Amino acid sequence: MHPRDLLNEAMAGLLARPARSALTTLGTVLGITTLVVTLGVAATAGNQIVGRFDELTATSVTVEVPENPFPLVDWADVSQVTRLRGVVSAAALAESEQSANLSVRSNDIVDPTRITDQTLTVVASSPSLPAAVKGRMVEGRYFDAGHVARGDKVVVLGQHAAKMLGITRLERAPAVFIGTQAYTVIGVLGDLKREKSLASAVLLPPAIGKRYGLSIVTRVLVNTGLGAAELIAEQAPAALSPGNEALLQVISPPSPTRARDAVEGDVNALFLILGLVSLVVGAVGIANVTLVTVMERIAEIGLRRALGAARRHVAAQFLLESTLTGLTGGIIGASVGIVVIVAVCAAKQWTPVLDVRLAVMAPAAGAVVGLLAGLYPALRAARMEPVDALR
Amino acid sequence: MPEPVILLDDLTKEFPTDPPVRALSVINLRVEKSGYVAIVGPSGSGKSTLLNMLGLLDRPTSGSYRLDGIETTTLKEGARTKVRGSRIGFVFQSFHLLPHRSVLENVMLAEVYGAGPRTGRRKRAMRALERVRLSHRMDFLPGRMSGGERQRAAIARALMGEPSLLLCDEPTGNLDSKNTDAVLDLFDELRAQGMTIVVITHENEVSDRAGRRVRITDGILAEE
Repeated sequence: MHPRDLLNEAMAGLLARPARSALTTLGTVLGITTLVVTLGVAATAGNQIVGRFDELTATSVTVEVPENPFPLVDWADVSQVTRLRGVVSAAALAESEQSANLSVRSNDIVDPTRITDQTLTVVASSPSLPAAVKGRMVEGRYFDAGHVARGDKVVVLGQHAAKMLGITRLERAPAVFIGTQAYTVIGVLGDLKREKSLASAVLLPPAIGKRYGLSIVTRVLVNTGLGAAELIAEQAPAALSPGNEALLQVISPPSPTRARDAVEGDVNALFLILGLVSLVVGAVGIANVTLVTVMERIAEIGLRRALGAARRHVAAQFLLESTLTGLTGGIIGASVGIVVIVAVCAAKQWTPVLDVRLAVMAPAAGAVVGLLAGLYPALRAARMEPVDALR
Repeated sequence: MPEPVILLDDLTKEFPTDPPVRALSVINLRVEKSGYVAIVGPSGSGKSTLLNMLGLLDRPTSGSYRLDGIETTTLKEGARTKVRGSRIGFVFQSFHLLPHRSVLENVMLAEVYGAGPRTGRRKRAMRALERVRLSHRMDFLPGRMSGGERQRAAIARALMGEPSLLLCDEPTGNLDSKNTDAVLDLFDELRAQGMTIVVITHENEVSDRAGRRVRITDGILAEE
């Protein structure tokens, strides 16, 4: 039997009952559409998430220094981290429960009839903090190594803290009082991109911080170049506290690739199951209809056997019919799926990410489903004895 | 002496039911080329079983069946199918035309499973339709034609590939007298052209037109 004859006979068999063939195809269309949409949307969404990993998130590393009988990280050790290739800036911070809610006033008058003090967080930091939190000195300057070395009684206010205390200008060297101690405000730090809570804090040099239990470094903020975060996260603990690196906890940004893979994996796992279930339902539909068709066409099978068709010819025709049904479902399903992905992306203003292989694999998957679904009916048809089929 | 087209030698067929049924009992039959034989008999006599044997649609329990000199009882299934497709043309009472295919396509179907060339198939089908004077209906669907025309289309299909034997099972069973005459006239013409025809019928009008009539009763064949 010539392959073209086989194709012609299979096509004629399908087109003889167009409505039934179309409905049979529908199951595969749904299955393949679900699969294509799943894979396409997962890839697109994964990419979208990666796109939203901005530079800040991707380059921020934080080293948490736990409480320990002896200080694990010294204030001067920050310079060791700064030397690492890929580090843009780094700063050490000291925070404590004791200093989290201190009473801060902008003058020394205690007026019991008015609220003159604010409860603010007091934090000690190394001089490099503005760069480490990617902030800007809105007013004045940040304390430097000289202030630290001399133990100058100076503070820098977070932008929000300054507003709460009513300090807007620094020309007259305003002071704030933490408890009874006065400190000169030399700067206001604002526009923080990182550690935004520091906008409501009072920032002290380490030497002054000792008075409020802020002598031990509790966190080190590190900013890295793009793509260096993972490496710095590995190296920073050893640079800060050689020999004790295992005691330090590093919080690094998740790898964009891993995040995308994870998102794709999660979405895929869920919807792939749905897609596969739809495909199985489609396959069962094809199998059922093909089996019914075989039963309806017993006389035709008998005729074909009488005309010289071997069992394999009969099996091949029914297999090809079911495969073509699946293939058609696959092509339509892939097309509908791609349209759906593009529509979703247009609505969400995403950039659609489509694997070109999908356009080939989806119809092929439909054809395989059709082929598998047609196996049993085709075998039933081939097993029929011509004498029984013609009866 | 040329080989006969059909040579049955002590052919028997038993169905393995409980108890076993012997449908054909030691059948001997010889049909020469251009022979026109009518097999008659009452219902259940074994006519259809004999036709199935002659058409290689079923296997005998014992005995020999030589078709065109080929011993068919020992052939494997594939070879039997090839012999059936190339040497036997079937005409059924219910026509067995594919309803969604045109008359021409139905006729061409006879060559789909053969080893012959695809080229020229359409011409050969049109010639077969001309032989049964139905070429003007080649694009018609079977449903739009009369019973007689449908049977002539089925005969055209049976003639495709120039078979040695035309096996007809109650070919006029669904036809009125006018169409019956037309089909029988066609058989006469085909026989005159050298076709060997075996017709199974219970109609005297059909068997009377055959040159030879054999009767089968309870699986036993006898010349009349």
